[in-house]
Amino acid sequence: MKRVTLALTLALAGGLTAQSADAQTLKTVKDRGMLSCGVSQGLPGFSSPDDKGNWTGIDVDVCRAIAATIFNDTTKVKYVPLSAKDRFTALQSGEIDVLSRNTTWTISRDTSLGANFTGVTYYDGQGFMVKKSLKVNSALELNSASVCVQTGTTTELNLADYFKANNMKYEVIAFGTIDEAIKAYESGRCDAFTDDASGLYASRLKLANPADHIVLPEIISKEPLGPMVRHGDDQWFDLVKWTLFAMITAEELGITQKNVDEMAKSDKPELKRVLGTDGNLGEQLGVTKDWVVRIVKSVGNYGEVFDRNVGTGSPLGIARGINNLWNKGGIQYAPPIR
Amino acid sequence: MSIEPRNPPRQYVLKLKRALGGKAGWNGVAVQIAFAAILAWIAYEIVANASANLETQHIAAGFGFLTNNAGFDVSQSLISYSGSDTYMRVFVVGLLNTLLVSVIGIVFATVIGFVVALCRLSPNWLLSRVGGIYVETIRNLPLLFQILFWYLAVLAALPGPRQSISILGAAFLNNRGMIVPRPIGEAGLEPFLAILGLGIVASLALRIYARRALFQRGQMIHIWPYVLTFLVGLPLITMAIFGLPFTLELPQLKGFNFAGGTRVIPEFVALTVALSTYTAAFIAEIVRAGILSVHKGQMEAGSSLGLSRGATLRLIVVPQAMRVIVPPLTNQYLNLTKNSSLAVAIGYPDLVSVWAGTALSQTGQAIEIIATTMAVYLLISLVTSAIMSVYGWRLNRSLGA
Repeated sequence: MKRVTLALTLALAGGLTAQSADAQTLKTVKDRGMLSCGVSQGLPGFSSPDDKGNWTGIDVDVCRAIAATIFNDTTKVKYVPLSAKDRFTALQSGEIDVLSRNTTWTISRDTSLGANFTGVTYYDGQGFMVKKSLKVNSALELNSASVCVQTGTTTELNLADYFKANNMKYEVIAFGTIDEAIKAYESGRCDAFTDDASGLYASRLKLANPADHIVLPEIISKEPLGPMVRHGDDQWFDLVKWTLFAMITAEELGITQKNVDEMAKSDKPELKRVLGTDGNLGEQLGVTKDWVVRIVKSVGNYGEVFDRNVGTGSPLGIARGINNLWNKGGIQYAPPIR
Repeated sequence: MSIEPRNPPRQYVLKLKRALGGKAGWNGVAVQIAFAAILAWIAYEIVANASANLETQHIAAGFGFLTNNAGFDVSQSLISYSGSDTYMRVFVVGLLNTLLVSVIGIVFATVIGFVVALCRLSPNWLLSRVGGIYVETIRNLPLLFQILFWYLAVLAALPGPRQSISILGAAFLNNRGMIVPRPIGEAGLEPFLAILGLGIVASLALRIYARRALFQRGQMIHIWPYVLTFLVGLPLITMAIFGLPFTLELPQLKGFNFAGGTRVIPEFVALTVALSTYTAAFIAEIVRAGILSVHKGQMEAGSSLGLSRGATLRLIVVPQAMRVIVPPLTNQYLNLTKNSSLAVAIGYPDLVSVWAGTALSQTGQAIEIIATTMAVYLLISLVTSAIMSVYGWRLNRSLGA
């Protein structure tokens, strides 16, 4: 029903009002006093609500960082939980300002959805989870298996590609939400559950007995996950893009939540530029000079965000791997702030 | 002075005036035309604006994507389908799955509904209480809950493929569904089917002839020996001449699952069971109301003629009750068809799940896909209700009402 409502909203928004491409998202958000951020319906480490309704996760921290640059207040975010198949419609119709929901960057999504990816918050890849009792050690042993998957994802497409390329048969059972898919996998309807590897570790935590399930070693795809904004509002696109870059740059320069105030007093030219004591880079972005200070103070740098949500400081315990900085063996790289 | 015959006013113009203008005459017609023009203009504006805005926002539009490769697989399809087929085919696959579950659901719901209604009306205390409890329990629980109950509570309790429940070593039941032997056509299949088809046609013709003989001349003809010959004897002889029409491919456990045989997936079973039992509860009440609407004198008249309770119901009461039953029954059929879209909750690949779900999010073309989905449901509903109207009309005619 929600989907239909969304589509109708879209039809009305597209049809009756003159809501056009040069919409001033930043102004709209400021006037509203609230950032509307599309997140998942509950994926630990990326975006999930706790028992008090507070959202946490790496995708949530991106939303909070954007709110920090605009309002200097990370609580001014309205989280809109979206299923995989409703997410793009919600963005297109203007229900949300930014989609930060473990979404894979692909060319067709960049070109045909009327939206743009602003960067990569997490470099991921698709894997499989199976029950230990099946005694399967490789995804190549999954011939004739039944696989549970969330519908409307790149996962579903990669799955078809992988089994076809390896000449294996399988049965796909596609569910509307990740919880339904996990429930069916747990009840034994499927032999394997497939999702982005980070998602597998996160979902495994939700199972009754996580130790009975293993994630197979094969990673069958590239899944760069990142935030997405509507086409045609370059100012907003820049703001979201540079918020993430600022977090990465902060880690690179060793600016942390603790030492940010100290760093701001430094007279190193690069630190002065980034932290806004010199020049007006923030103002050119449409916010204040101290935008990076605001982000780091309230959310932390990229490394802190990673560790807190998915890394060693979290129940997921995922290693930095390729998500480390470019000068530390990973591929996270931000263009210079100057 | 001759009297000229007065020409009658032109009928079609008057009819048009009455149809469009009603009592207001030509003024009414003008209002109607203006109203239609405004509606058309609004519709045009919506379409034109939407397409212009989609264009400026760089959102893909149009139906060009129908010929693109879909790239995802579907767990059940009545026609051959793989990931390298087009979106058009995905649409057909989804539509057929919706129709399959609806048609089978309607048949079961009707049968169960009638049985429960007759139970409820039965003079037998136990039967009528059981019928009553069924109706009150089933119709008062949410349908989505019932679908999930059948899927997660009942079917998940079945064992895995390696511990399947075997039925005579030919069919197997496990949490991947019911696996039955698959018939594979042999050389004798075509003559066998041809003879069987002829047999069915001949039997039907014979039945019509026999009924006519009974109603017009009061002559009883026993047709069952002929029917038996047509439907069993002749096909058997064909089999003897041309050989077996098909052989059975037995399912065998291979790897994770059974290879060979045909499988009915648990999603389909859960959805069909939930839809038909749920709708049956409503149909039961409709049938009960219909039967109670027939004057009890009809029942007494049947008894006084020496007819049994069953025969009275079948020959006298139900045909009259049908007049009352058919219109609300149509509603229930439409409800069942539309409720089948709840399939998405348990991963059954119906139209809403694969088309308005997967295909929508893979292409992002919400307007086109939601519009076609709505059009399809509308069309299915209109066709169902047209069929039921024709049936109701024939029924009324045969009862002379």
